[in-house]
Amino acid sequence: MAADDALLLSLVEEFVSGLQDSKAKDTATAVKNGEFTILQLVEALGLSLTSSQPHTRARGVQLLSEVLHECYGALTEREVEVLIAFYENRLKDHYVITPPVLQGLRALTKCTVLPPGSAVSMLRSLFQDVHVQSLMLTERSCVYNMLINLMASREAELKGLGPDFVFGFVQSMDGERDPRNLLLAFQIAKSIVLRGYDLGKFTEELFEVTSCYFPIDFSPPPNDPHGITKEELILTLRDVLTGTPRFAEFLLPLIIEKLDSDVLSAKLDSLQTLTACVSQYDHKDLAEFLDGLWASLRREVFQTSSEKIESAGLAAVTAITSCLSRSVLNSDSEDSLTTFLELVLKDCKHHLCEPDLKLVWPSAKLLQAACSASIRASCAITAAIMPSLIEQYTSRAQCSHRRTLLEVVQRFIQSVKTSQTSESEDSVFLAFRPSLCSMVFSALTESNSSLQITASSVLTSLAQQPGLLLDSDIELAVDHLTRLLLTEEDDRVSVAVVDCAGALAELHPAAFISKFIPRLKTEMFSEPMDQDNNRALLSSFPIMQCGSGVLSSAHTGVFAAEEVVSACHSLQRIAEQVQDSEETGRCFHDIIIPRLLSLALKAALQGEDSRSPLLEEAVLSAMVPVISTSCSRLQPTLALQTASKAVSLFLDGDVSFLPDNSFPSNIQLLKQQQGGSWPQSQMVCLLMGCVCSLPRSVEVPRVDELLSALEEMSCTVLHPLSYTSAAKCLAGLLNKKPQGDSLDSRIQSTMKRVCSELDSSSSSLHTQAFTLLIWVAKALLLRYHPLFTTLTDKLFSLLDDAALGPLAADGFSLLMSDSPDILNRGCHADVRIMYRQRFFSENSAKLVQGFNAAPQEKKPNFLKALSNIVNKLPKQVQLTELPALLSLLLEALSCPDLGVQLSTLSCLQPVLADPPPSLIQQLEALISRLLVLTGSPAMEVRIASLRCIHAVSKFPEHEILPVRARVLRALARPLDDRKRLVRREAVQARGDWFLVGS
Amino acid sequence: MSGGTRLENANPVIFQRSGERLLAETDADEDIHDPIDDREIFDLIRSINDPEHPLSLEELNVLEQARVKVDDAESSVDVEFTPTIPHCSMATLIGLSIKVKLLRSLPDRFKIDVSITPGTHASEEAVNKQLADKERVAAALENSSLLEVVNQCLANKSI
Repeated sequence: MAADDALLLSLVEEFVSGLQDSKAKDTATAVKNGEFTILQLVEALGLSLTSSQPHTRARGVQLLSEVLHECYGALTEREVEVLIAFYENRLKDHYVITPPVLQGLRALTKCTVLPPGSAVSMLRSLFQDVHVQSLMLTERSCVYNMLINLMASREAELKGLGPDFVFGFVQSMDGERDPRNLLLAFQIAKSIVLRGYDLGKFTEELFEVTSCYFPIDFSPPPNDPHGITKEELILTLRDVLTGTPRFAEFLLPLIIEKLDSDVLSAKLDSLQTLTACVSQYDHKDLAEFLDGLWASLRREVFQTSSEKIESAGLAAVTAITSCLSRSVLNSDSEDSLTTFLELVLKDCKHHLCEPDLKLVWPSAKLLQAACSASIRASCAITAAIMPSLIEQYTSRAQCSHRRTLLEVVQRFIQSVKTSQTSESEDSVFLAFRPSLCSMVFSALTESNSSLQITASSVLTSLAQQPGLLLDSDIELAVDHLTRLLLTEEDDRVSVAVVDCAGALAELHPAAFISKFIPRLKTEMFSEPMDQDNNRALLSSFPIMQCGSGVLSSAHTGVFAAEEVVSACHSLQRIAEQVQDSEETGRCFHDIIIPRLLSLALKAALQGEDSRSPLLEEAVLSAMVPVISTSCSRLQPTLALQTASKAVSLFLDGDVSFLPDNSFPSNIQLLKQQQGGSWPQSQMVCLLMGCVCSLPRSVEVPRVDELLSALEEMSCTVLHPLSYTSAAKCLAGLLNKKPQGDSLDSRIQSTMKRVCSELDSSSSSLHTQAFTLLIWVAKALLLRYHPLFTTLTDKLFSLLDDAALGPLAADGFSLLMSDSPDILNRGCHADVRIMYRQRFFSENSAKLVQGFNAAPQEKKPNFLKALSNIVNKLPKQVQLTELPALLSLLLEALSCPDLGVQLSTLSCLQPVLADPPPSLIQQLEALISRLLVLTGSPAMEVRIASLRCIHAVSKFPEHEILPVRARVLRALARPLDDRKRLVRREAVQARGDWFLVGS
Repeated sequence: MSGGTRLENANPVIFQRSGERLLAETDADEDIHDPIDDREIFDLIRSINDPEHPLSLEELNVLEQARVKVDDAESSVDVEFTPTIPHCSMATLIGLSIKVKLLRSLPDRFKIDVSITPGTHASEEAVNKQLADKERVAAALENSSLLEVVNQCLANKSI
């Protein structure tokens, strides 16, 4: 203990007498570590503190203050109380001691255990004994920090001081010059104003002591050592000045005065301060200064050369007007809003009517600024201004004047738009609707392009006013826009019109669907595209916007499915016809496709009860070509992005790229949900549109994962569109997958799956498996894949199947025909030339063989399959191949199936035009079968058979003469057929048969 | 005046042909019965070739749709044709062609009347009488050279 004492004494000695400043730190560390207590330190300091030399005393206090500064947190309340008493007392000591005393006090203000009443007493002694402004910079800052600390922790006690606190503070900061300290002082003032300290009679003093710095003119010293900026000072001071309405009577005259200043920044600051302060004020605060404020503001806007000043001035006008509109009026006070607006109107209105329109813009801007503040203001101003503007427009002849007036009108409309909040209220322009509309439409018919441009944007603004335009107005507008779009040569006008149309289409889709789109469509598709590509492209954008508008509204059930389908068709045709430019590609990939997916998904998630038209197959099938066309044609890189987004949507339920994103996160579109939710599973057709139409150079992301999911889906889902689409999608992907082992194994596994489904007699999923089989077969047939033969063998064997036989026979037509949405060249599928011929020549023998071997009741399946195949073969090939199959075809004519009859007839007819000898040998059989068919119940069969009979009349005469009489007799009956089309064929055939032999 | 043979009317006024009959929606509907109407009869005969000119009877205005009347329910057809000049010697042949064409193209149930538009031909009555006489028509068609001429008139140019 003694050793400690000695150590402490030596530290104190070295600090106080030895003037080694570092010892303060050591001491503080020692105190913090608990080696000494504060009490011990004070005792050790005893000698120094009681020394007769002020400098020694000062050093002693300084040591104590610095130690306190380090360890104020560890003090007890009792210690603090004693220390405060000591420090307060020291304030009365020699002036050299004051700085360390203030430091000590500042440290103590940070104590959490400050005893009650000590804050007040501390401040009292401070204000009483210290003249702050005669202190040095750091000490002044020390005082301000003390105040800030105390205001933060002891607000209630300080408020108890009443106006004395404000007065003390005013005295302390009066004359402060250093910006660093000013910033602190302003912060204190701001707290005083905002936290509701009692200003008492010192309101004006507080205002004076702060406002004397307004407007701030300060440029930081070079290299800016303190990091204080002018803006910081301006903003803090503005917070003080605008903080309370009680400053209004002092601040407003000050602002009016400062607005006269020549310094630009001073004006700007004044205007901004004005804007800020009126938001706090009441109309009473403003009333008496309105004249002066308006005079200054008007001058600033009319005469200024700086845009910043102008916009600040206009903002101030708006702020004043909205302040006045907001106030609640007493019965005795006059309506200061009316007063102010009268002032504004008196000074501005006549400028709008001057013949040279010189000051029209500043006046209009001032009026609009007032207009945009509140509904009351906009009612008053539009009522006063609009009639004269409209009259002006009609009386002016010069285009430039008219355009200016139109622009002014537009600004008014726009300024009102921003202020309108409640939906229920009528537009303030309702009274002027007819004249405004006629004005706009007359401007649209002018030949001056700038007038047209302005008019179209006015039209947009008008349309954006809720409930303003009538349907008839919209229709008229649509007519005008269509005309301009189709006839206007000027690009700028076209752009403006397209913008306008786009905006209007969003607001009034119905009018655009019924009039605008059909018109544009006919125009677009009638004129050759490359001739006028530019305009067609331009005009396609509103259609697209409109199209997606239709789709959105379809979701809400406004439009029927047919309209949605036709919108999709339009989109598709646009996608087909527009040039493959970056811009359109982006439009489709960024807007249209995500929109379509999102709409479909939204409808799907609502489930089948929602009855949204977007759940209908026709609509989805119409969407598919939009997606596939844009994926196949526009910008392969973008297409890849879209595809990978779609893949992650379908595999992971990643909905992040869809607009209007409010989807649940657990979407699983490819997994079968419980209860088989078909609205979601059928979405797979959109995936098909996306991934199956990519160019072959683009690799589909995560293709194997996708293939497995699709296979699973196509074999398990019960909903026809869903499993068919899944099968098609799988086929589309297999068709493009590069040759190799992975493809082969994939095909084999799919085959195995399909065969096991088909072979198990208990399975209820035969149709699904068969659909998958036929589509995969088609995919492989098109690319000549060697594994195709296994699939065809399976198909042929199915012709014998009791249940699936007819289905298999129909399947051959699918195999041989081009499918419109997938596996065609437009989708970049791998289609080898003459695949049909190849298929035919490889398989016709198998077919004949199967036919001969099949039991009687299965033969129709083979006949049907045969006619399906032959039907799709090119005629040249038919002619060479038919003789071999002739007996089979004749057999097919007597097959009861109408479809078989029809397809056989249609493939016979061209052959009859150039009959092979083998056919002539079978003439008798042919004629009798054909004549039977003329009595068929199906009109098409009757027509086709009559055509064939007609064709036979061109056979060599000596061959057919024997049957002439019989044919003529038989043809008398169809002459009286109930269908005119049949009679026509019969007349022609009979007429020519009469001529045989003449 | 060409080729030595003298044409009776060398420079006839040519009229426009009417177009193909437009298909109505009901035409493709199996369930609806299409009655035989004036236009259908007119379509049967309008393309008959003129014996002298490479023109159809319609183009020469010999046949007009307004002068073709049919009653499907009563099974009667009444056609009036207008020779291009009052002394046309071909009037009988033209009438015969029309009659034959209708006989071949219409069901047996129809009674077919072909006559000259009143007041347009010098020997109107005689021709009408010949055309109305079934036996004379049948006899004429037995005549192979006459039949050949009729068949030439009825042969399809276009198809």
